[in-house]
Amino acid sequence: MRMTGAEIVIECLKREGVKHIFGYPGGVVLNIFDLLYDDKDLKLILTRHEQGAVHAADGYARSSGKPGVALVTSGPGATNTVTGIATAYMDSIPIVVFSGQVPTMLIGNDAFQEADIVGITRPCTKHNFLVKDVKDLARIIREAFYIATSGRPGPVLIDLPKDVTSDKTTFRWPEHISIRGYNPKYEGNKWMIKQAAHVIQKAKRAVIIAGGGVIHSEASKELKELAEFTQIPVIMTLMGLGAFPGTHKLALGMPGMHGSYYANMAIQQSDLLIAVGIRFDDRVTGRIKDFAPHAKIIHIDIDPSSIRKNVRVDIPIVGDAKRVLKGLLQVLKEEPEKNQWDAVRKAWLKQIEQWKKERPLTYEFDENVIKPQYVVEKLYELTKGNAIISTEVGQNQMWAAQFFKFNKPRTLLTSGGLGTMGYGFPAAMGAQVAHPNKVVIDIAGDGSIQMNIQELATCVTYKLPVKVAILNNQYLGMVRQWQELFYKERYSYSHLDTVPDFVKVAEAYGAVGLRATRPSEVEPVIKEALKVKDLPVFMDFIVDWKEKVFPMVPAGAAIDEMIFGEEEKEKKKEKKLRAVK
Amino acid sequence: MRHTISVLVENKFGVLSRVAGLFSGRGYNIESLSVGETIDPNISIMTIVTTGDDQIIEQITKQLNKLIDVIKVVDLTEVDHVEREMVLIKVAPKQEDKAEVLRLTEIFRGRVVDSSPRTYTVEITGDEKKIDAFVELMKPFGIKEFVRTGKIAIAREGIKK
Repeated sequence: MRMTGAEIVIECLKREGVKHIFGYPGGVVLNIFDLLYDDKDLKLILTRHEQGAVHAADGYARSSGKPGVALVTSGPGATNTVTGIATAYMDSIPIVVFSGQVPTMLIGNDAFQEADIVGITRPCTKHNFLVKDVKDLARIIREAFYIATSGRPGPVLIDLPKDVTSDKTTFRWPEHISIRGYNPKYEGNKWMIKQAAHVIQKAKRAVIIAGGGVIHSEASKELKELAEFTQIPVIMTLMGLGAFPGTHKLALGMPGMHGSYYANMAIQQSDLLIAVGIRFDDRVTGRIKDFAPHAKIIHIDIDPSSIRKNVRVDIPIVGDAKRVLKGLLQVLKEEPEKNQWDAVRKAWLKQIEQWKKERPLTYEFDENVIKPQYVVEKLYELTKGNAIISTEVGQNQMWAAQFFKFNKPRTLLTSGGLGTMGYGFPAAMGAQVAHPNKVVIDIAGDGSIQMNIQELATCVTYKLPVKVAILNNQYLGMVRQWQELFYKERYSYSHLDTVPDFVKVAEAYGAVGLRATRPSEVEPVIKEALKVKDLPVFMDFIVDWKEKVFPMVPAGAAIDEMIFGEEEKEKKKEKKLRAVK
Repeated sequence: MRHTISVLVENKFGVLSRVAGLFSGRGYNIESLSVGETIDPNISIMTIVTTGDDQIIEQITKQLNKLIDVIKVVDLTEVDHVEREMVLIKVAPKQEDKAEVLRLTEIFRGRVVDSSPRTYTVEITGDEKKIDAFVELMKPFGIKEFVRTGKIAIAREGIKK
């Protein structure tokens, strides 16, 4: 059948199982938009900014496991997607972005709204394509979805010149794809898996670190089985939260810069680290040469370049987390006589219990001022943990990670690698599109929410009941925290002098705005927000601006060199006393 | 340490910038790079000379392999191989030195590919050391222009015993 390029795009999207596209129209993509006008199966969500569209596609993908799709125009439309694409790239999220391009004849001419988006996004996509001939279009779309979702997932961009969308060709759907330069390895090396099993059997102080890879490969079940079978505690990186139940007795929370004391101590004292689907980001490892000094490291990852990039590895296993964990369990179960670990594991778990008691994750409740951690705790309590949480970046993100217990995979959407402020709200919107009946909450700061606040209009239009909990401290809190601790309290440009009245902003957009200024108002506000089913809600929590995220590993320190809240306070008091004297 | 890496890539537009971008984006160093088509016009081969410790070279190889358009990566430094580069040198010797230039060219098995009343253009191929030596010898005669290709390299075929 002869079809235009635009028709091929629509047909391919349907064959890929796409139901929703996030996008924004413009001159060169009108051929495609024209077809969407009366299409029954494909729904386009018109965002208010292209960055919002890409973050929404990202949130859709993270929460559902299906690839997210965005469609934007050329030039500024395309360049506005860059932050969204880079965010997805750093966190290995499968999205496919279609950007319009000026007609092939005009490429390189500095035509109106022309940008070399393939050049611009080359370092932040897993792969990208410029379609020069409509005959290649179907194959390229097929390859794009395959590349985005297989191996270590990632964003793929397809640049579509306007004439390619109007040119006609015979449509042929490629049933099979083979790309000779791309063959992800899923099966782990059997011999290596055996070696790993033997090390696990002998370890006295073993600990598992699970990352985003466990979630991407849907390996939560296998991870839980391995942890329970071997009685090894599980630490989850920010990207891995939810991969293992946060309320499980073997769960130790997050490691690294704002990780729990017991997670960091467990790593530093361990004799075996089983790293699954993590890439040893600097926020996790702290000073690399003092990271896990006594541990042998087993590193399981689908991306060979993640292995030995940052830390030394004793047993590297390249493969899909799910299959490797399965293989590992199988070997362990075949050798019951060697699994004599009960006594040693008990001693180790007891030590960890001790650390938990010594320094739990905590904060001081106040009756007069709302503590941001209290808001997060209440959100957890009142939703019973049954919600998809997205975060912005900064203190709000760390408090969400510390005080919300994620029990299921795909329930935390957060920009871990790139650290993108303005990510959470559109990502929550995308998640709400994928899960219309779930509670979706963006835990935000007053700084971050203003970076994509325009998406309120989108949520109102499509009746997306996203809840936004704004931890409003009138500061760029994390920046302020660093300035307080490391820059002699010189708060250079971290105070947001003008913060809008978020209740009025919400109302102006036709959404619901609520505010709590005292701790006693927190619960009623959340309860009321949860009742709203067809409109977005802004919850403006006026929180204690002095509150900081602890524990904290200063940049460049080893992860057992933590600063704690109580000690910081003591130091301050002493300083004041000295000043008075 | 210095490594010569041979990279088989799809012969598509943008591949060179993907490879070059990878090196600049990740802070790796390229000493020389040469690209050409193979017998199969759909495939090109790049020869890249780079430096780094073992960990960096391992990363370079892995990162190159991650590029979708890269088909195969071989670190030739690990195997016995032949390396060649070529230079074209335009020298302008004095009348009395002309014979010496020609004599040296012959010793180095070079060829004069162009001559004018005042200059000779000499073509010479060989490994890096040979070329460097020749260039040093030519310097006193006055090098007017000088171009050098990147290095190309190929693994030696093992001899079966």
